[in-house]
Amino acid sequence: MSMTSLDYGKYAIFIWPALAVTAAVLAWMVADSLLRARYWQKKVQVLEAARAQPGEKPAP
Amino acid sequence: MFQALANPQRFMAFSRWAAPVLAVIAAGLLGWGLWLSFSAPEDYQQGATVRLMFIHVPAAYMAMFCYACLGAASLVGLVFRHVLADAAARACAPLGAGFTALALITGMLWGRPMWGTWWVWDARVTSVLVLFLFYIGYMALQAAIDDETRAARASGILALVGLINLPIIKFSVDWWNTLHQPASVFRKGGPSLPPEFLWPLGVMALAYMALFGALWLVRIRAEVWRKRAQSLALQAAG
Repeated sequence: MSMTSLDYGKYAIFIWPALAVTAAVLAWMVADSLLRARYWQKKVQVLEAARAQPGEKPAP
Repeated sequence: MFQALANPQRFMAFSRWAAPVLAVIAAGLLGWGLWLSFSAPEDYQQGATVRLMFIHVPAAYMAMFCYACLGAASLVGLVFRHVLADAAARACAPLGAGFTALALITGMLWGRPMWGTWWVWDARVTSVLVLFLFYIGYMALQAAIDDETRAARASGILALVGLINLPIIKFSVDWWNTLHQPASVFRKGGPSLPPEFLWPLGVMALAYMALFGALWLVRIRAEVWRKRAQSLALQAAG
């Protein structure tokens, strides 16, 4: 098995966009999952901190 | 194991280390799989486009596997009314939709040079499009109903109905005359692919699987925190 050229000739217009779409979709799945988890984790921390100090209102 | 993880606290403790471990495994496998993909020789018939198989086929596997997970979680949620099962189903749908979209788009980009058309309404391609619509329908139903218990029940039933589509996708190439090629890995008599194509395909499939595992755990954790935040907000308001 040898490293081949990345020049795919007439098929390059199909192969590179397919790789780009794959990278974009996988990156979106990773980013969306991590951001969602971080958002709700922080929200819980803020609400729990507010509950511990009943005088203060939680941040919106 | 599943019974132990059904406890949200135990699940959060488990997923806290399991998700990063799976992510590291996924990154390693993805790097190895891409190297194998770029190193693979050209196919005598398909030329360089054979490389599209290494990103398209694993995406198609994951599209079906994610839906099986969605269906299983929905069934457990409907039967046992377990909050973590509903969270697992809800967390699974966007990932499954992403893999299905990937399978459809990369399939179109492979179909154009090999079949001479971007799209064909044959049984395999159409049934995968129907799978994508089931994912979209599931998420739309979840978003449309305010009461989360009712939303989980309605979308869970929809997910179970959609399970019938999985064997249709798998056997569509056997039951009908399709432009799509028949199974070349999971078939009677073993894989028909040579090792230089089977290895990158297998490694990429494992990479996608590990990535899904890591992201599913992260999204279930997000769901647990979301429910906790809602509960705390209600307590603060009341």
